[in-house]
Amino acid sequence: MKPNTSNSVLEKTWDFFSSVRLTVVLLLTLAATSIIGTLVPQNASPAEYFQTYGPFLFRLFSLLDIFDMYHCWWFQLLLLLLTANILICSLNRLSGTWKIVFVKNPPFVLERFRKLENKAVFTDSRPLDTLKDLYVSKVKRRFRYVRTEETGKGFCIFAEKGRWTRLGVYAVHFSVVLLLIGALIGSFFGFEGFVTLGEGETEQHVRLRKTGAVIPLDFAIRCDAFHVSFYESGSPKEYRSDLTILEGGKPVLKKSIRVNDPLHYKGVSIFQSSYGRLPPRRITLKLLSTETKMEYIKEVSAGQRIDLPEGAGAFVYQDFKTRYPFRGQNLGETVIGSLVPPQGSAREIVLPLRFPGFDRMRKGAFVFSVQRVTPRYYTGLQVSKDPGVWVVYTGFIVMLIGCYITFFMSHKRLCIELTPRSKGTRVQVSGTANKNKLSMEAVIDKMAKDLAA
Amino acid sequence: MSSSLILSVITFVYGFSAILYVAAWVFKKDAIGKTATWITLMGIAAHTAGILLRWVESYRLGIGHAPLSNMYESLIFFSWILTLIYLIVERANKNRVVGAFVAPIAFLAMAYASLSPNINDRIQPLVPALKSNWLIAHVVTSFIGYAAFGIAFGISIMYLLKQREGGSGGRLLALFPEARVLEALNHQMVMFGFLFLSGGIITGAVWANSAWGTYWSWDPKETWSLITWFIYATLLHARLMRGWRGKRLAYISIIGFGAVLFTYFGVNLLPGLHSYGK
Ligand code: HEM
Repeated sequence: MKPNTSNSVLEKTWDFFSSVRLTVVLLLTLAATSIIGTLVPQNASPAEYFQTYGPFLFRLFSLLDIFDMYHCWWFQLLLLLLTANILICSLNRLSGTWKIVFVKNPPFVLERFRKLENKAVFTDSRPLDTLKDLYVSKVKRRFRYVRTEETGKGFCIFAEKGRWTRLGVYAVHFSVVLLLIGALIGSFFGFEGFVTLGEGETEQHVRLRKTGAVIPLDFAIRCDAFHVSFYESGSPKEYRSDLTILEGGKPVLKKSIRVNDPLHYKGVSIFQSSYGRLPPRRITLKLLSTETKMEYIKEVSAGQRIDLPEGAGAFVYQDFKTRYPFRGQNLGETVIGSLVPPQGSAREIVLPLRFPGFDRMRKGAFVFSVQRVTPRYYTGLQVSKDPGVWVVYTGFIVMLIGCYITFFMSHKRLCIELTPRSKGTRVQVSGTANKNKLSMEAVIDKMAKDLAA
Repeated sequence: MSSSLILSVITFVYGFSAILYVAAWVFKKDAIGKTATWITLMGIAAHTAGILLRWVESYRLGIGHAPLSNMYESLIFFSWILTLIYLIVERANKNRVVGAFVAPIAFLAMAYASLSPNINDRIQPLVPALKSNWLIAHVVTSFIGYAAFGIAFGISIMYLLKQREGGSGGRLLALFPEARVLEALNHQMVMFGFLFLSGGIITGAVWANSAWGTYWSWDPKETWSLITWFIYATLLHARLMRGWRGKRLAYISIIGFGAVLFTYFGVNLLPGLHSYGK
């Protein structure tokens, strides 16, 4: 695969990219630069950065794209260089490996096996001719490829297995390329957006996280209900949105989604990501008359005007606040109403849910309090599409299998030499492996024991 | 007896066995070494029981989940798997000196889990984000990887000590396995750890994708696990370069374990949002 033009620029570039030295430099540079983005929070607002780092560092960091460094040109360039490195290095070596792996008759040089230190020698009392078939069948049980040869002095058995494991490392390297391709597909053809939906609402558009642009979907999402439940300790137990997918206004799919249990439809995935309270549509009020001590219960909808008993005028439910500051304290969820007396002008009244007696302070004809609200939630959904994810997942699997093969399997070759002796046969078992030599010693020991048995 | 109590007792058992391993090495007494092995074996049996009991207890509380859901439980698991791998290595290599450098790591992890005021040992219910089978796969694979790197760290220290004395060394260093064996062991542990670290990052990514819809978001914890991965990938390749065997690999292995520790403890000091370990 190497270009033929000697010493050309092309060849120099090729050599540069096929060196492991470059790999080590790139991996260390990636490790070192990645640290920066964990020290400087990413993608915050410019104002925050300016405040934290001051004008000089702010300029410098902006110039170097530190505020979004994992997506900036120089970081991506490092990844690109690593990819080129992997590809060219693999191409460079693959033809050599290929020739070793795909030969019909693997070469065996008896002399080399004789010189090995790694061997076991013993004497079998049976004559050579009986041993031949017995040994071959025993070796066949452990090795895939077995060949026999006459040596002049006697007889020898060559065996080998795991030749293909030499390809494992190419799988590992290819998997890294797959991950990068998958990530590229995702960033070109996918999107990541979010949408917030009140209970009962329907939406066909999502806002993209990165740009803030609003894009339409091929279908609409309706939130039928949202539920949140808590453990006794107060920590959240479950967030659940009951969703309906609509096409052309018609429901086509219903599913309840939870964290870790999303909905997939037409390549788009919808995840539970946040929630919040909305102003309740209906509230129930309790009115206590200061004069007659009578109690009245009234239901009122948002914006609705109701007439008050005892000719006291009217009440309008105007607003609902999740927090209400009062003399430096937060009163929590609070209903804001407006009281319209028979004469005179309307005045605002404040009804915090947590403090039913709060309205006493006003000293009016009625003490208002909120008896019950029907809680209403909105759900925050992450809506995303990533057609590259299957490429990435394939990369994950290839990487794990490739690493296992590379680390724990090897190409093992075995040579058993049989020489006739006056009494019985001298047997010498030796072998090599392309890596993990220690485990080869164990294989030889086991084989020798098995044969001698 | 509650699982927390058993696990606190194990801390002392491991402390004792660590002392014995060191004593066996320093005083060259094989009998002490054998005792150390037996005590460690009893320790790990009780440790296993403690973890299983904690699992059962969580079901009794009505919030059943595998005991792998917070800092305390993951440290307990780390110490367990580290001890287990060490015992296998000890058996395979028939050398107990490694124990003097590895057993203290298991002890320190247990001691930190049991005694640190920042770590809560109560069984807590799972928040929605952690309710996933990927949680178990993620924690188990990651911590097997971390444990292997922990052992590689201990072995690398031994390698550097041995090399400092120019090979022959003093009386104590003579008891170490040969430098060449230490180097091979370091490499084996790193390969083993690298496979499981990759598995940990991958299961974490799949989990994040099923919970939030992105398999990678460059949050500090993810990024630090990737930094760790880059460092060990460097080690695997540095072997292939001339002049990079031996000492330099031992240094990379030590730096790598530093990155593991930072991924685990340091990241909580950084700005970020990884729900785990908080
Ligand atoms: C993130 C990127 C990479 C990863 C995860 C990776 C992973 C691996 C692994 C796991 C091994 C096996 C090591 C062993 O058996 O001890 C390996 C070997 C190797 N890698 Fe990489 N590698 C990467 C990038 C590269 C690059 C860019 C090159 C280009 C020169 C390269 C060249 C090699 C070579 C030459 C070997 C030895 C192969 C053999 O033993 O036949 N690697 N790599």
